[in-house]
Amino acid sequence: MSPFTRVTGPAAPLPRDNVDTDVIIRVERLAALDRDQLGPYALEALRLRPDGSEDPAFILNQPPFRSAPILLAGANFGCGSSREAAVWALMGRGIRCVIAPSFGDIFFSNCFQNGLLPIRLPLGRVQAIATAAAAGAPFTVDLQQCTISSPSGEVIPFEIDAQKREALLLGLDEIQLTLRDDESIRAWQHEDQDHRPWAWLSHPAPRPSRA
Amino acid sequence: MSAQTLFDKLWTAHVVREFGDDWALLHVDRHLMHDLGGGPVFVELAKRGLKVHNPELTFATPDHAVASTPGRVSTTFPLGGKLHEALRSGAQTAGVQFFDIGEPGHGIVHVMAPEQGIALPGLSVVCTDSHTCTNGGIGALAFGIGTSESVHVLATQTVRLKKPAQMRIRCEGRLAPGVTAKDLALHLISRLGAAAGTGYAIEFAGTAVEALDVEERLTLCNLAVELGARFGIVAPDERTLAWVRGRPKAPQGETFEAAASYWRTLHTDADAVFAREEVFDARDVAPMVTWGTSPQDAVPVTGRVPAAAAAAAPDAQAGLEYMGLHAGTPIAGTPVDWVFIGSCANSRLSDLRAAALVARGRHVAPGVTAWVVPGSESVKRAAEAEGLRQVFTDAGFQWREPGCSMCVAANGEQVPPGKRCVSTSNRNFVGRQGPGARTHLASPATAAAAAIAGRIADPRTLP
Repeated sequence: MSPFTRVTGPAAPLPRDNVDTDVIIRVERLAALDRDQLGPYALEALRLRPDGSEDPAFILNQPPFRSAPILLAGANFGCGSSREAAVWALMGRGIRCVIAPSFGDIFFSNCFQNGLLPIRLPLGRVQAIATAAAAGAPFTVDLQQCTISSPSGEVIPFEIDAQKREALLLGLDEIQLTLRDDESIRAWQHEDQDHRPWAWLSHPAPRPSRA
Repeated sequence: MSAQTLFDKLWTAHVVREFGDDWALLHVDRHLMHDLGGGPVFVELAKRGLKVHNPELTFATPDHAVASTPGRVSTTFPLGGKLHEALRSGAQTAGVQFFDIGEPGHGIVHVMAPEQGIALPGLSVVCTDSHTCTNGGIGALAFGIGTSESVHVLATQTVRLKKPAQMRIRCEGRLAPGVTAKDLALHLISRLGAAAGTGYAIEFAGTAVEALDVEERLTLCNLAVELGARFGIVAPDERTLAWVRGRPKAPQGETFEAAASYWRTLHTDADAVFAREEVFDARDVAPMVTWGTSPQDAVPVTGRVPAAAAAAAPDAQAGLEYMGLHAGTPIAGTPVDWVFIGSCANSRLSDLRAAALVARGRHVAPGVTAWVVPGSESVKRAAEAEGLRQVFTDAGFQWREPGCSMCVAANGEQVPPGKRCVSTSNRNFVGRQGPGARTHLASPATAAAAAIAGRIADPRTLP
């Protein structure tokens, strides 16, 4: 995972609720492409008109926000499908931080797995930031300080789970961390086979390989 | 010991280690994998030089990107064939059981897992699919995960998770005849909103839920994620136990009885407290249909596209525009082009029976393309054995091969742009069934009625 410490740049307001992960990345794209190829297709249902041309009215097509690293979203951003490709697509466009009143739970987890910082703030706060962001002047999101600094110098604090903050700052690999506990996992499993023998299955017989 | 909720009991039973702040390392009892991304998960594991921790607890089946064309093979949809092959070879190398198309046990993961006894009450079940919560219908701790978490599960047989807050939704009374679990779910989402469950695990309870058969509970829990929740659960009861007994991978004999006595303890204690509780009267629920582009945009089939929506929210206005509908008009009577009966929401045998009851002796309206896609090979075979296939094909429906098909439209099967589809699936998102496709969510009976009438219609009053 890429570590996250701070990011500076324009914050693009996308004030609509329930932007789902299907809209963030279409299923055909995630099925056909590798994770580092998805950036151009992020939010294409909103960015493009039916004929495939860019919709100039859409915020991410407007010059100050074309490569905005911060997205200001509505409630329940990233709801719907568990597809982690939604996070890969946003990151592929250079988005490193999404600020919203609430997020889809799985999307929220997926963000941390990849070094995209999701910040929950009350709706009024997000709206106030959006107003201040409208001209495209840069904001700074600092994970060390847990603050968002506006172009006018206002400093807005945010809260984040302590464990997730540390993992993001250090870019920790969760698998390596958990494997350090492998002895406890195996001990737990051993004991559980006595408690819940019904929960355990033997290994299936190997299957002949099909050509 | 203090009073516990069902969710507390399920959670506690799986904690390997606690990290503080409600974070825990949870044991994963069953890891389900599908073709949309399953192959790369195996590749990533190999790239890191890691092995599958417990291959006997992992199961794979291709469902998202397989064609549903009668007579289909792996490569009927070529892109799907590649994904299918990647999953198959990854599973074989890792020693993970793979249910291939055409074999008993193949199907949509959330249909085949409980059906095969892979998912059981009291087990933790994960899958890189948000509708994994479906399995909560039998009392499993089941939740969707992302790709990175799936690699983590393969490598460690655990997942790191923060314990969510808990909500109970009690539905009291009885659903009226002709009103189903799907209608109840859409009713709840329309009343509470698509984000109401965000950050919560939801337990569905109350006399109306207790009265649901097990397959209906799976449908209800399937839609928990459309309320924003990662978990939806119903306490297992004697009906659940009877349903589970004898399933291929369920415990047998004395082991089953031992499990059953544990499963009987899996219920919320009388004085347990929830962070949020909602109570609904089941008698208020009618057959529902959506009008917009979020599952919360649902009204009774006898109702109107809300007039208020247009004025109130720009989102609703955009939804109406996308759907080509006008505020204030009756939703019934809206002409339809497509009908899709399938998906992990509604493709089990009881769903097909409900749709067949409407289709029997009637005919699909001219100009409507109507598909029935069974959720699994077993559902397909059972439906054929009891004559449902014949009912559908006599009525002009197409009878197809099992898979996710036109719910997520990852298999090349799409509703054409601008066309209107009544679908038994769980998402009416923009472009979900194909770019520009217009989706109305409904129950199998309501979808079948739409196919017959050629317009959105009330299944209870179909001529």
